Amino acid sequence: MSLGTETRAGWGFVAPALLWTTAFFVAPFLVMAAMSLATLEGRSLVWGLHLDNYARLFSQGYLLRAVAVSLEITVTVTLVSVLLAYPLAWIIAFHVPKRWQRLALLLTILPFWTSYVVRSYAWLLVLAREGVVNDTLLALGLIAEPLTLANTRFATVTGFVHFFVMLLTLTIYANLVQLSPNYARAARDLGASGLQTFRHVILPLTLPGIVTGAFLTFVLCIGDYITPQILGGNNELTVPQVIMVQLGRRADFPLASALSLMLMGIVTLAYLACARWLRLDRL
Amino acid sequence: MTPLRNGLLAAPLLAAWLPAMAQADGELNALVWCDHTDPALIEPFEAAHGVDVNLREYEGTGAALAILEQSRPGDWDVLVIDSIDVPRAVDAGLMAPLPAEDLPIADLFPEVVMADSTTRDGVPYAVTEKFGYNTISYNAAKVEPADMQDLTKVWSDTYKDRIAIYDYYLPVIGLAAMANGLETAGLSADDLPALRDTLFAMKARARSVGEVVASQTALATGEVDIVVGGGEWLTAVLAGDQPELTWTIPDQGAVRWAQSIGVLADSERQDKALAFVQYILSPEAQAKLATSACFWGMPANAKAGAHLTDDQKAILRWDEQAAYLARSQLYPAPDDALDFAFQDLWLEMLQQ
Repeated sequence: MSLGTETRAGWGFVAPALLWTTAFFVAPFLVMAAMSLATLEGRSLVWGLHLDNYARLFSQGYLLRAVAVSLEITVTVTLVSVLLAYPLAWIIAFHVPKRWQRLALLLTILPFWTSYVVRSYAWLLVLAREGVVNDTLLALGLIAEPLTLANTRFATVTGFVHFFVMLLTLTIYANLVQLSPNYARAARDLGASGLQTFRHVILPLTLPGIVTGAFLTFVLCIGDYITPQILGGNNELTVPQVIMVQLGRRADFPLASALSLMLMGIVTLAYLACARWLRLDRL
Repeated sequence: MTPLRNGLLAAPLLAAWLPAMAQADGELNALVWCDHTDPALIEPFEAAHGVDVNLREYEGTGAALAILEQSRPGDWDVLVIDSIDVPRAVDAGLMAPLPAEDLPIADLFPEVVMADSTTRDGVPYAVTEKFGYNTISYNAAKVEPADMQDLTKVWSDTYKDRIAIYDYYLPVIGLAAMANGLETAGLSADDLPALRDTLFAMKARARSVGEVVASQTALATGEVDIVVGGGEWLTAVLAGDQPELTWTIPDQGAVRWAQSIGVLADSERQDKALAFVQYILSPEAQAKLATSACFWGMPANAKAGAHLTDDQKAILRWDEQAAYLARSQLYPAPDDALDFAFQDLWLEMLQQ
């Protein structure tokens, strides 16, 4: 086969993916970037190279607050999910007999099978003033008055964590089961305690799995609209909620596009941070 | 290319195109509020006229105008819109003039005809089809009903964390205006500081801010005892199971909402679209629209009363409408600049 034929064949194989990416990512992205530089005069869209929408991101208090709220919730959810998922993945990988591990994983991801919206509304009922949690605590005499749980940031974080612990458990478990037991044996032979073995051997080796899951959690959480809308009670707005308001009520597509690009910028920064620290090529 | 070959190529294309045209001719596309999606309301019209009515729900006039702007001319035939926003749609050249003589305008409650909004130079461009109130819904078993007659008591510390706010800026800003003794029709940018103080005070005592289903859920599950911005549209569908959930119009008054229906100027099915409007305004359809599964509200056509049961009329407070109409004011109708200022204020309030 000549070089020219090989090159053409290579392009032939790559072309479908290139076309797909161009049609469904690059082109929409360029349209959104152009839209973010347009502006509204009254309710009419005026195309151009205006930076007004980006200026508003930094001058309008509620927009900056939305960025802060999104970041605070996302970071909290990511950290709590990692802290819960790691021990769970560890137990499944090392303390559940091999023949039961598949079932254990299945049970872990079972909540994935229910609708995201239904699951969020279910949490709303569980956390409500007259919901299961408050009723139980009242019946046990642990509280005198119902706690405010629903329509709070706590409720939003709870709904998110319930979802993302499943995701993180899978990625961390996949990393743990690949780990040769010889690493731990060697560490112990060299006099390391159990804690030292975990801290200096196991944890660094499983970091790629943790960070892959954490990055996915970060991306999905910061772009989510449903959970904060249902469980947060609109008591504070995240960036996706503000984007929805701009689209649904105001038809302000330029500002919504600028907000969306800013969200993409945050995700890109998160990716760069992960890639730098964790050497994803080791995965 | 020869004519024969042209014909051979065109025949299958034409064959594929004709059924599509026939189907399109048997359809009607309407941009509506959710109360029009009740099959009990729509199916009789479809059966009588042999058309499929395609309905798309929207929330907020801005969204409707955006949908129309992004659609091709002729895509939509019928529009349901806030009555106060009809002039905006007429100014944008979206609405078709309607034949007044073919519409039951004389049968409407006089207060809701709103000719200033729905007509231009005496020609109707839309007709009010349903109205109601954004006011105070509450659980009579949990709060003092007398307190609900005073707006300032509703969002006082007495009911801190027991309030939900309906997440639609115009009616709640209207209520805030009335609490400040301001006329909703005369609101201007000068009133923003006073409105801000009232909205922020309201939010400081609220547990949540939610759309229709969230507000209903919050009241029905006991999460809150009061919904600011609620009304018969919120509690009527719950009244059967929870009669303690009710509503009132405070002494300061309430905001009156009214929705209108009209035919779009670019519609290529003007006759069918007009027939749909006439159907919706008929007493029978008005009774169904008033008690729609999505939300209830007073029918604009007074003759609909003959098709409502006594229980339905009691829930709608049919006999009290004269007093309610006198004590209510219309939604604020801001221009674009003030509308954006209201929305910014609303988002600031949510972020408090």
